[in-house]
Amino acid sequence: MSDQNQPLIFEESKKERVAFSLPEIDVPEKTLNSLIDDEYIRKNDPEFPEVSELQLVRHYMALSKRNFGVDNGFYPLGSCTMKYNPKVNEVIARLDGFTKVHPYQDESTVQGALELLYRLQVNLEAITGMDAMTLQPAAGAHGEWTGLMIIRAFHEANHDTKRTKVIIPDTAHGTNPASASVAGFEAVTVKSDVNGLVDLEDLERVADDHTAALMLTNPNTLGLFETHIQDIARIVHAAGGKVYYDGANMNAIMGVTRPGDMGYDVVHLNLHKTFTGPHGGGGPGSGPVGVKKELAPFLPKPLIIKKEDGTYGFDYDRPDSIGRVKAFYGNFGINVRAYAYIRTMGAEGLSQVSKDAVLNANYLLKRLSGNFDTPFKQFCKHEFVLSGSRQKKLGVRTLDMAKRLLDFGYYPPTIYFPLIVDEAMMIEPTETESKETLDAFADRLIEISYEAEENPEIVQEAPHQTVISRLDETRAARHPILRYQKPEAK
Amino acid sequence: MAGFRYLPVTEDDRLAMLKTIGVADEEELYSDIPEKIRFKEGLKVEKALSEPELLRFFSGLAEQNISTSRLPSFLGAGVYDHFIPSVVDSVISRGEFYTAYTPYQAEVSQGELQAIFEFQTLICELTGMDAANSSMYDGSTALAEAALLSYGASDHSKIIVSETVHPEYREVLNTYAHGRQLEIVTIPSLNGMTDLKKLEKELDEETACVIVQYPNFYGQIEPLKEIEATVHRLKKAHLIVSSNPLALGLLTPPGVFNADIVVGDCQPLGISESFGGPHCGYFAVTKKLIRKIPGRLVGETVDEKGQRGFVLTLQAREQHIRRDKATSNICSNQALNALASSVAMIAFGKKGIRKLAEQNVQKAHYAVERLKKERLTIENEGSFFNEFVINCGKPVKEVNQALIKKGFIGGYDLGRDSASLKNKMLIAVTEMRTKIEIDQFAEALGGIVNV
Repeated sequence: MSDQNQPLIFEESKKERVAFSLPEIDVPEKTLNSLIDDEYIRKNDPEFPEVSELQLVRHYMALSKRNFGVDNGFYPLGSCTMKYNPKVNEVIARLDGFTKVHPYQDESTVQGALELLYRLQVNLEAITGMDAMTLQPAAGAHGEWTGLMIIRAFHEANHDTKRTKVIIPDTAHGTNPASASVAGFEAVTVKSDVNGLVDLEDLERVADDHTAALMLTNPNTLGLFETHIQDIARIVHAAGGKVYYDGANMNAIMGVTRPGDMGYDVVHLNLHKTFTGPHGGGGPGSGPVGVKKELAPFLPKPLIIKKEDGTYGFDYDRPDSIGRVKAFYGNFGINVRAYAYIRTMGAEGLSQVSKDAVLNANYLLKRLSGNFDTPFKQFCKHEFVLSGSRQKKLGVRTLDMAKRLLDFGYYPPTIYFPLIVDEAMMIEPTETESKETLDAFADRLIEISYEAEENPEIVQEAPHQTVISRLDETRAARHPILRYQKPEAK
Repeated sequence: MAGFRYLPVTEDDRLAMLKTIGVADEEELYSDIPEKIRFKEGLKVEKALSEPELLRFFSGLAEQNISTSRLPSFLGAGVYDHFIPSVVDSVISRGEFYTAYTPYQAEVSQGELQAIFEFQTLICELTGMDAANSSMYDGSTALAEAALLSYGASDHSKIIVSETVHPEYREVLNTYAHGRQLEIVTIPSLNGMTDLKKLEKELDEETACVIVQYPNFYGQIEPLKEIEATVHRLKKAHLIVSSNPLALGLLTPPGVFNADIVVGDCQPLGISESFGGPHCGYFAVTKKLIRKIPGRLVGETVDEKGQRGFVLTLQAREQHIRRDKATSNICSNQALNALASSVAMIAFGKKGIRKLAEQNVQKAHYAVERLKKERLTIENEGSFFNEFVINCGKPVKEVNQALIKKGFIGGYDLGRDSASLKNKMLIAVTEMRTKIEIDQFAEALGGIVNV
């Protein structure tokens, strides 16, 4: 990587350059003022850059070289499931019959799209053990909020309006309490015990007739299976609440166990994680929600159904539905990729995915456990959390070790999460990485642990090999510069 | 396991790894999953296909859809058939972009961060606002989040929305509002525009915001100037404008009229229709509201050597820091589609974006003239962008089915949202439609309607 400053595209602009062509207008033209009131015609053109097509391409090529994806190298970002994104999925998702289809076309002209979505629903129901599914939510957090709104509607239908609280473990992803707030609930924390699992006594204490739901990923964010999940579900159900499965960690359990069999009532999946919809530099994702029969009437509308005559269509006639959560029918393009992935792997393949993900994680954990503190002793599932507390005593923080990994061409693990582990480093290798990659990564991280002892500065001052060094985040937040402005306009 | 091309672990690897872990077989790794909840049957998913079979199967499904590359389309209503420059797909197909995630580690994510910073700038330029975030799921959720922002900023719980806002956007708003127990008041339309008198009547001290669409759902250009003056008579009330960003290449941006929040969907700029998604919401605000904006923001700063760089900033608003007190629960957004839109906007350039918008206006107005010649009734004769409403005098569904037979994808059936709009069709004419297509469509429609 070079350390040359990369100009903004606005700084490369020169008047009159174009990167776009339109046919000459072929209809008789009228003066704009005769069509639109002058007040509403823009006086100053937007300051868009004026560049040639090659300049545009080189600009983005240069930017791409300053970015790191799964295609570039190992990306063990915990809780994000950064697995390989199959190329064939990209080819399929770009077929004209999928991209150039309008959501309001007559049902008879989009039977292929509807059939695909219907089939995907059925497959996801089988994988999760749920009875009905919506593909409308656009991402995981959107699915969480949708699921909670469904639970809310259920309690409201029972006139059980005092249920204002959602129980969330202290290890949970930040979206869980945030989604609870947006759905109008109060987030209540349940503690974890020394084994990193939900503390049953504390759960008994917080679960009461104000409980609307419990949100819990399983395996949890520490990568540990909630062994007592049936007891957890029993306690919450006895209090009258529903149990919500955050599907962020579904990659660990496909074919091994199903949320529907563990006692969960609602599930969301992250198709961009487990089912290879690419992460896209932050999105788009897709966050389908599955529910048990009892909650099905409350699913968002429309639902995609197979009719008696064998054709597919939309069901809008759902009086108890929470309504729409998004315009149209969800992130169709991501759903296409997820379905292509499921059809590539099949039942045996998906089970193998989870087995290999768990094997890879336990192998890497074992390889690193001599040099780093491991707060929990049981086997992990698809990911695990190390603590950098030993290195912290030497003056080397987890952040430093993460930055040092950048020097060797690795994207760092998730750091400082979950919040209950000091100097946390959350590692998720995924099943698409080879033993050689895991060994090389483990060797490197172990070497960094030795550097922390012998030559801490090299870690503390990392990264050394990237296009820029550590950035001044305080300055960015104190004096926010969120857009480019022409020098004279500043 | 041999035979799965995405799975590299071999049998030898497996044995070696199990040995290192110190277990005899993989089952031991699952000893913490109670027997009672173990899933013993095979998953009931459809059977696996090889790559050639997969391509054949999916091509078969795709071919069952009538795509807008096969038939000229006059369907819009929030999603449009626009030209997408070839450079767009070339850029978003780079693995460095599409296989990365949120740019948490800035040192190896400068490409994505800079691309988002440029996107934020482009959106500010189009909307005339001070700041824009890195994207929302789509226009409908962006609109709902704008209402939530207003509620949070004012602590007022009355949300006023014009009936001329996209009906599905309003449905999404209703769902979000129910969670926070907000009151939604809908202002009826008058001749396809917001009824200003009724709006004035509804405004009161409890009002958090007024939401209008510009151009509105029927294509009409709402009088933002008058609306703004009315709304801002109340000190705390926000004016929220939902806008087709392509239209803003030509129309006076809402920022000029002192809008507080401008939202919308970038689909018309470089994003395919894709049966409704993924598209890309945008969200722009005035300086005053920057610290209340939902979602990710990229800011400029310097590194240790004083070199310019970009980082995720003002993260104290976000769920991973603030948890239940966050401004929104959004985490994943639509980054790749924001990138696609950026590339398209840059390809269009300062002059191209206006030219593109103008062609939409000219062609849509030509289509109106042409349809009048076919003795079709045009509703709402105010200024419009690239959409307008006609009265078919018979059910639109029937008309559209007849149009398909004649080789056209017809307009949107307004009767599906409101009984009072029965037989009314919303027609979109973009730069993609040629004069010949418009002429033939007008003749076909005349033939069907005038029977």
